[in-house]
Amino acid sequence: MHLTPVQILAYIAVMAGVTFLTRALPFLLFDRGDHPPKLILYLGRVLPPAIIAMLIVYCLRGITFASPAGWAPPLIAGLAAVLLHIWKGNDLISIFGATVLYMVLVQGVFA
Amino acid sequence: MNRTTLAAAFPVTVPVLMGYLAIGMAFGLMLQSIGCGVGWAVLMSAVIYAGSGQYLGVSLLAAGASLPQTAFLTLIINFRHLVYGLSMLEKFRGMGARKLYMIFSLTDETYALLSSAKAPEGVDEHDFFFAVALLDQSYWVLGSAIGSLLGSALAFDTTGVDFAMTALFLVIAVGQWRGAGSHLPALLGGAAALAGLALAGAEDMLLPALAIIVIALTLLRPRLEGGGNREEETSCT
Repeated sequence: MHLTPVQILAYIAVMAGVTFLTRALPFLLFDRGDHPPKLILYLGRVLPPAIIAMLIVYCLRGITFASPAGWAPPLIAGLAAVLLHIWKGNDLISIFGATVLYMVLVQGVFA
Repeated sequence: MNRTTLAAAFPVTVPVLMGYLAIGMAFGLMLQSIGCGVGWAVLMSAVIYAGSGQYLGVSLLAAGASLPQTAFLTLIINFRHLVYGLSMLEKFRGMGARKLYMIFSLTDETYALLSSAKAPEGVDEHDFFFAVALLDQSYWVLGSAIGSLLGSALAFDTTGVDFAMTALFLVIAVGQWRGAGSHLPALLGGAAALAGLALAGAEDMLLPALAIIVIALTLLRPRLEGGGNREEETSCT
């Protein structure tokens, strides 16, 4: 680290500014009280399920198929989350159950 | 914001609590390892507040990247937030001054919670959204501080706790799947993500995946808006 505190602050300001901009832009463009274009409203409605599905794949992007340790824990725990949720319908039970199962699998069974 | 609102919001945010503590601690550890202490960790988590963006930030700081380069890479890695805002235009309407914070704090996880969670009876919806967003960021800042302070001396093995995020997204997907008039958007999102993974690799998959999703959904609009009408008709019978 050869950076001075002022330089670090400059980096942080740039990162904070750009990050906020990416979040604020839709509101700056389409949120002026009048109705946003119909296409935008349509996208706002159909995008969430597509994005959640994309994020699931993104979360599982580290899966490898060289050995069972690379794919079995996320697959088993992911299936457990879905089945628990279909069975009990309780967010916390599904998420806790699957996470604990995953931790047991990666730390114990497939370690 | 009163205690009832916080009490209603807290259970909803527990998965994010687990995930953010784990990922935030990893960030604090990383930042500590390049010589920036707890003050910097808390500052970055307070004013930037982006998981993957802050991980990237650590490597940019370590490499002494130029500021334009920093701006460009931050833009690419956070590009997906542009899309999140679109689905929150209606939800955040009428939130007044708090709306600015809602926009600032629209991370992947808060977006996921807000797009599915409903305020319980008797709790104002906007108060509830604000409480969820504020709790989520407090976990993030707390995790960063703990990670920075603890160094590598963790009391127990937290390996795998970040799976809470995956489980959270899966649970939301199950709920959306049940309520959806058409399953096409969800299937398309999964397929586009796999295509992005194949095209750009694990770390750069989101941008091409998002592009495919937006283009395909735009092209499918006539068909999907027809599907929406059918849903309304069946709900009347």
